[in-house]
Amino acid sequence: MEYFLELLLGGLTRGSIYALIALGYTMVYGIIELINFAHGEIYMIGAFTGLIVAGLLTMLGFPGASILAIALVCAIVWAAAYGYTIEKIAYKPLRGAPRLSPLISAIGMSIFLQNYVMLSQTSDFLPFPELIPEFEFLKANNSIMSSSELVIVIVTILSCVGLSLFIKFTKLGKAMRATAQNRTMAMLVGINVDMVISATFIIGSSLAAVGGVLIASHVGQINYYIGFIAGIKAFTAAVLGGIGSIPGAMLGALVLGLTEAFATGYVSSDYEDVFAFCLLVLILIFRPAGIMGKEKTQKV
Amino acid sequence: MPRIMELKSVNSFYGNIQALYDVNLYIDQGEIITLIGANGAGKSTTLMTVCGVVQARDGDVLYRDEPITRMSPNKIVAQGICQVPEGRLIFPELTVQENLDMGAFLRKDKDGIKRDMEYCYDLFPILAQRRTQQGGTLSGGEQQMLAIGRALMSRPKLLLLDEPSMGLAPLVVKQIFEIIKKVNAENNTTIFLVEQNANLALKIGDRGYVMENGRIVLTGTCDKLLADEQVKKAYLGL
Ligand SMILES: Nc1ncnc2c1ncn2[C@@H]1O[C@H](COP(=O)(O)OP(=O)(O)O)[C@@H](O)[C@H]1O
Ligand SMILES: [Mg+2]
Repeated sequence: MEYFLELLLGGLTRGSIYALIALGYTMVYGIIELINFAHGEIYMIGAFTGLIVAGLLTMLGFPGASILAIALVCAIVWAAAYGYTIEKIAYKPLRGAPRLSPLISAIGMSIFLQNYVMLSQTSDFLPFPELIPEFEFLKANNSIMSSSELVIVIVTILSCVGLSLFIKFTKLGKAMRATAQNRTMAMLVGINVDMVISATFIIGSSLAAVGGVLIASHVGQINYYIGFIAGIKAFTAAVLGGIGSIPGAMLGALVLGLTEAFATGYVSSDYEDVFAFCLLVLILIFRPAGIMGKEKTQKV
Repeated sequence: MPRIMELKSVNSFYGNIQALYDVNLYIDQGEIITLIGANGAGKSTTLMTVCGVVQARDGDVLYRDEPITRMSPNKIVAQGICQVPEGRLIFPELTVQENLDMGAFLRKDKDGIKRDMEYCYDLFPILAQRRTQQGGTLSGGEQQMLAIGRALMSRPKLLLLDEPSMGLAPLVVKQIFEIIKKVNAENNTTIFLVEQNANLALKIGDRGYVMENGRIVLTGTCDKLLADEQVKKAYLGL
């Protein structure tokens, strides 16, 4: 039973990170129907920013919790700036071009950013400091869950709730929904569609940066390549849930995280990825649009 | 009557394909203007050019004598120009109420919005009944009403309507044209009506333009156009 709980909590943690990244994929797809392959790299850049800032603050002698907070804020701002800029230089000029063009541009961006970080930083693994302090009450509990896992799950839940409320109730949130449903009409009611698209990239990148810093602190090391693997998994989660759907991405990430955790725990860790992709194939056979996705055959 | 809108030798393109050739037309404050023409003539492109969704490559679009040719669509809407596009383009997953709200996207006067919302529900009682229903679940006629209601929520000075009769039963079409006349009379809203149904359009319009292959080929008062032999043959099926 304890083993089961441990796997469950591990799955939740994984799922949380996938969710934080998957939201960016799904929101961008929802608005401009582009798979932003560079999104995993944004997550990686968030983690690197966190590492640099945390290192600097530790040297300056800042106290533990404030380091985490400041590192998170810096990672969010820097990753958001990257997300914003990527859209402006790599995707916006290709609006209206055949769909393959921005896709290729996205892959190019992804490769460029990986190599840029590899060359400007290093190709080795870098140790990442543990930014999340051990909580007393978890120590007492024989620790089936570490405090960083707890923080990851809570931050993810708060982010998801916050994002959902934002999308549902704010003016910008409504503009995003309208733009996703019909871009031409959104223009015709006076929505600044360029601004909405930029906002989407900024929000998605911020969430990915949060995920990047938290998981890096949990795992304890990063390199320039972490965005690729995490990106593919999160993309799988987004497709699983129904790409374009925000609750879908959250659910898909949860399902994927749990599946992987249980498969690793009860079968073999060698099969971790196999199970993830079997699940994807199964769901796509029975529900081609994903768990929460709508069957949309035509695009007006 | 002061001039509200004018197109001066407008040429519009989709990529390299030219859709409008030297289009000249004008609309005076308070008029109902109709633009008729066959499928593919360039009517929708004309409206999209006015709204800035398609940008004129050369020529000028003037609104109250000021050029809006290079303005972005959201700025043009802010000037009081609003379009009910072809195919209605209802936001399918927003409720009727939310669709109307989107029409008032640029407005900040909460009380005024509320009053106009009631006005829309008075104009189209069926929408009041469907308030919480998703836009995509409405019938074609209801969607057209919602699209017009949504446009009115922006309090347009100039309302552009793209084939509002398309695909609707004659009775519904009649109802919608009544509303268009009413909006024009009650709010002094200038109307630019695009129609393939030339017979209907020429009956409610003041002046009309006929478009063929991206060019304006004929213009005059609607009475004159209704009596025109060429128009009769090509567009009225007489
Ligand atoms: N999005 C588009 N891309 C390329 N060509 C288009 C597009 N929309 C319309 N066209 C072309 O422009 C011309 C005018 O179309 P349109 O303005 O829609 O005509 P109408 O509204 O009178 O039926 C047509 O030849 C049409 O094929
Ligand atoms: Mg048309």
